[in-house]
Amino acid sequence: MSDSEFTCPQNREEVINTYFMEHRAKLIDVAAYLDRLDRARPVGDETDFRDVAFRNAIAILTDGESQRARRILDLLSDHSTEIPQSAEGMKGALGAPLVAATEGGEA
Amino acid sequence: MRYIDPHIHMVSRTTDDYQRMAQAGCIAVTEPAFWAGFDRSSAQGFYDYYRQLTEYEPKRAAQFGIKHFTWLCINPKEADDPGFAREVIALIPDFLEKETVLGIGEIGLNKNTKNELIILEEQIALAEKYNQMVLVHTPHLEDKQKGTRIIMDAISASSIEPGRVLIDHVEEHTVSEVLDRGFWAGMTLYPDTKVTPQRAADIIEMFGTERLWMNSAGDWGCSDPLAVPKARLEMAKRGHSSETIDQVTFGNPQTFLGQSENFKLE
Repeated sequence: MSDSEFTCPQNREEVINTYFMEHRAKLIDVAAYLDRLDRARPVGDETDFRDVAFRNAIAILTDGESQRARRILDLLSDHSTEIPQSAEGMKGALGAPLVAATEGGEA
Repeated sequence: MRYIDPHIHMVSRTTDDYQRMAQAGCIAVTEPAFWAGFDRSSAQGFYDYYRQLTEYEPKRAAQFGIKHFTWLCINPKEADDPGFAREVIALIPDFLEKETVLGIGEIGLNKNTKNELIILEEQIALAEKYNQMVLVHTPHLEDKQKGTRIIMDAISASSIEPGRVLIDHVEEHTVSEVLDRGFWAGMTLYPDTKVTPQRAADIIEMFGTERLWMNSAGDWGCSDPLAVPKARLEMAKRGHSSETIDQVTFGNPQTFLGQSENFKLE
């Protein structure tokens, strides 16, 4: 479906009145997180795949297209088709697929 | 106001939570069997857990006027050892005769492995054999989309009607496919993962109210047993009607769960 079908009960001014302050704070949190990364010493030469995925996700926010939440979740998903035999030795979910670092995270 | 929290792990919550939930309008909960945060050392540990779910927890809930129902299974996290899982599954049929058991759940996948899938299929077969409804756990974070599709394919290969299956923990990237395939969809309201009350309201606005519910999945981790009433407030703040709010937090759970003859609110 398209977000342009106006399914939100509030008009745009009401949405902004209701949610702007909350998301202003979240936006500054994201900015401060990136600043914190800038101030942190790197570990080796490798770029962390989660950081790559995160920055690719940020690009989705401003690409002018709709369905941003779905597309970011899609970007942060494992699209592999292999099914390993066992979970032994696997880490817990990390929030982004390893492929995001190597393929640029196509959403 | 009254609501049902159709997925919450009360064995991990305090009695104070029951009290606060009752004060907020909760009249019923359903509690799927899940991972305790550590792996049990024997099948006997599950026997004791199933007794807790079917005998002890309904009495604790009843002190606050809350009906407690349950779902039984071995969870996907502990299902990666098929031999151990089969020992546990063998315990389940006797407990299906308990009057507050609604079905098999929460079954599903955790790391999307073949071992997990084998046990998922065996528990789907168990539900088929005993004509039970199914509550499904979908994997966390990056594993969710892939796992949700594998799970739906496994269920579709059985004779279980999709209308008797609830696929839980849906998000924006999985909800559409779940609903399109005829399953029910559950939104779990978590502070950091899954969906917030705001996003749950967004999903309702984008996908409608049919075959959709929300739950707190409150457990031993970061979670909120009052997440459902908070989502009700969020929807009201946004201008949704009381009918819409009641449908997703009371009517829909009642309709889905009412397919089990054991689900009685009176």
